[in-house]
Amino acid sequence: MNGPQDLGGQMGFGPVAPEKNELLFHAEWEKRALGTTIAAGAMGAWNIDESRHARESLRPADYYSSTYYEIWIKALEVLLQRHGFVSAADLANGRAVDPAATPKRVLRAENVPTVLAKGSPCARPVETPARYKAGDRVRTRNINPTNHTRLPRYARGKQGVVEAVREGFVFPDSNAHGKGEAPQWVYTVVFDGSEIWGRDSDPTLSVSIDAWESYLEPA
Amino acid sequence: MAARVRALETILTQKGLIDPAAIDAIVETYETKVGPRNGARVVAKAWSDPDFADWLKRDATAAIASLGFTGRQGEHMQAVFNGDGAHNLVVCTLCSCYPWSVLGLPPVWYKSPPYRSRAVIDPRAVLEEFGVSLPSDTKIRAWDSTAELRYLVVPERPEGTQGWSEEKLADLVTRDSMIGTGLALQPEAA
Repeated sequence: MNGPQDLGGQMGFGPVAPEKNELLFHAEWEKRALGTTIAAGAMGAWNIDESRHARESLRPADYYSSTYYEIWIKALEVLLQRHGFVSAADLANGRAVDPAATPKRVLRAENVPTVLAKGSPCARPVETPARYKAGDRVRTRNINPTNHTRLPRYARGKQGVVEAVREGFVFPDSNAHGKGEAPQWVYTVVFDGSEIWGRDSDPTLSVSIDAWESYLEPA
Repeated sequence: MAARVRALETILTQKGLIDPAAIDAIVETYETKVGPRNGARVVAKAWSDPDFADWLKRDATAAIASLGFTGRQGEHMQAVFNGDGAHNLVVCTLCSCYPWSVLGLPPVWYKSPPYRSRAVIDPRAVLEEFGVSLPSDTKIRAWDSTAELRYLVVPERPEGTQGWSEEKLADLVTRDSMIGTGLALQPEAA
């Protein structure tokens, strides 16, 4: 979706502001937000693509005025309600008043090291051979889906070169919406800065994205 | 927001859906175990051991796992090497994808609109804001982490560090140098 998350090339946000004495967390609640988000995700009711889509589905004004952990929490409330774990009444009361759906699993403290060290690999076998090889010229499709996608707007309809054939990865555009993993080959595609930003682009710039096969067509 | 997060944790705990001790364990992991020291060890080893550097180029996931760094947001790794007039910069314009297994949790600026919007269109100006000025003919490559590959930049090894141990070299490897918004420290700065 052409949502607030799709920031590449946008203007007006001001300079990057690295902090001098950077803190890992800027408030105690941020720690709980991180942990609650990961622990709730570990219930197995949704996948990373669905959670990314919940975050980018915040209204743009809300997204841009929220810190990243605030975005996480707002999206987490949506996901928990969508999957029947939390009700509007629970949230209004600040305590559990309604019954919850049964999770696939509950993350216990003793399992945290194993779960974090394992992660969630998204590589899957793909039945068909890769359509493109390194060196092939390709064009990204000009698509504007209303669903989740990982093809940024700035890189649509642009000509580039396949630099590497990666693996078969779960397809977010499908997986975010409960439509299955539908894995596809993923390619690193590199574009000249001028192809994306025009003739005023920094001549030394190139930009790459990792693109699922269906984002591409031969050029 | 503090009250809102506390309420959510309370509700989920009361329903038996989360274990507050698991949250403590998650936070402790990223506060004390998983952070940019991991990545610095990878880079220092790559600087010291050409076979390891070669392995890191070909199969970063396996090479990094051999040092014990695996897991969440590091399942599929790719190392990109600075040098020969080329500089790499990593961003996630669409969210906040970042190689947690080697760098820990991303800094606020990495997740914020100024960096995410400008890293792909004007990386030189972004670098200047980090105090990094590259020669005008250095080729800049911005890697937008749009899929589940996570990128680790291997900065150039500073001059004057011949014979240094991996441990000593690792002290020169800053977190920002592994994102591409910084360079490795000079020996006299370590």
